[in-house]
Amino acid sequence: MDETIRDVLTEHGRLAVDAGSIDESTDLFASGMTSHASVNVMLALEDAFDIEFSEKMLRKSTFESIAAIRAGVLEMKDA
Amino acid sequence: MISITEEAPVVSGSSDVARRMARIADEISGPAADEVDQQGRFPSETISALRAEGLLSALVPRSLGGMGASYSDLSQGLVSMGRQCASSAMVVAMHHIQVASLVRHGRNDLLRNYMVELVDRQYLLASATTEVGTGGDVGSSVCAVDVADGTFRLEKQAPVISYGRFADGILATARRSADSPENDQVLALCRPLELELEQVGEWNALGFRGTCSPGFILRASGDAAAILDDPYGDVSTQTMLPVAHILWSSLWLGIASAAIDRARRFVQAEARKRPGMTPAAALRLADATALYQQFADLLRCSVARFEDIQDDPDRLSALGFAIAMNSLKVSSSTLVVDVVRQSMVICGLASYRMDTPYSLGRHLRDSIGASLMVNNDRIMGNNAQMLLVHRGE
Repeated sequence: MDETIRDVLTEHGRLAVDAGSIDESTDLFASGMTSHASVNVMLALEDAFDIEFSEKMLRKSTFESIAAIRAGVLEMKDA
Repeated sequence: MISITEEAPVVSGSSDVARRMARIADEISGPAADEVDQQGRFPSETISALRAEGLLSALVPRSLGGMGASYSDLSQGLVSMGRQCASSAMVVAMHHIQVASLVRHGRNDLLRNYMVELVDRQYLLASATTEVGTGGDVGSSVCAVDVADGTFRLEKQAPVISYGRFADGILATARRSADSPENDQVLALCRPLELELEQVGEWNALGFRGTCSPGFILRASGDAAAILDDPYGDVSTQTMLPVAHILWSSLWLGIASAAIDRARRFVQAEARKRPGMTPAAALRLADATALYQQFADLLRCSVARFEDIQDDPDRLSALGFAIAMNSLKVSSSTLVVDVVRQSMVICGLASYRMDTPYSLGRHLRDSIGASLMVNNDRIMGNNAQMLLVHRGE
């Protein structure tokens, strides 16, 4: 799962750093991900994991790090 | 995080704020409005009058010596001021947007002490959020604060700083450090003595001429604690954007209100000439009045929408709220032009001429600025992006 998340970030996150090797707690917004890019990340994650983030998950905090994204994806998969 | 939770606004005390702003608007801003517009000069008499009554710190909580006014009261006050002089009202609105950001996102001792000082000295605050080279996107910066030994330095090429020459302090956006990406921004309070403004060009615009908004090269330094505690992204989402859209819409409603007042008086004067005959323009007045009501009620609901959740960062950061506040800006900046134009059709040449009690030239010119200051297309583009994932209310 982490690999898929990192692939999505590499393709859509527009990070100033390498999404393949950053720490899972690194703040993605502080690493250059714009809110515009985060929307694309969100869409790509929904497609990759066949999920739909609920309204309450659509927060900056859900997408602030790889760990946060993983938690969010797992929560939506269980829902 | 938001910190203005110490006390609830005092209803009687703060509606007083709206009344006092209305009185200053009627007695001082109105009589000077044409001169401010024609000469493109700063509305100093309005700012002095607000200062004398301590109204520049209306939004500062009582615990810090301010009035603890509510956003709805300030909104009402700005409607009254926009009715008389849109330039004055825009300066006042922009100042309060900066104060709101400080009050809600400045928690360290330096910033708290500065707010006490602001109450005492009645400082006027300006903003430098746009920058040469970012294509008008305030969510990214080229310049960066350089922090060393507890001191920050900043140089910024600002294409616009409204009333920069007349401000006692400027809140400027910049990247957090020289290594930060363009969207990792902070907001730094730049204060006199450590602030140098080199003016670039003039401000000779179609409307809002009294806001005196040329470009500047801003050079500032100061204690690193003058950088607001929260990242600019949070300040923008939770405070600057919603408060700006509410306060701007308030003064635009004031412009619309002045226009429809003239239209109503025009139709009523016609009706008095021929009692028994409903003037042809009365039907248009009914149309324009319905439009005006849409505008007024939209603003009232939007202020309530913000006030209901103003201390809840999570709900303030929700997509639905951001979309609603963006829609408010786009709708009200469109409605103000519509109401002014319809009022001109009602008053006819009397509104087109510059020297009648029904003149609406200044109102029309000012109203057109509304959709251009932060271009509506950019705002709608942001909403379009958010709507790709928003799930509805």
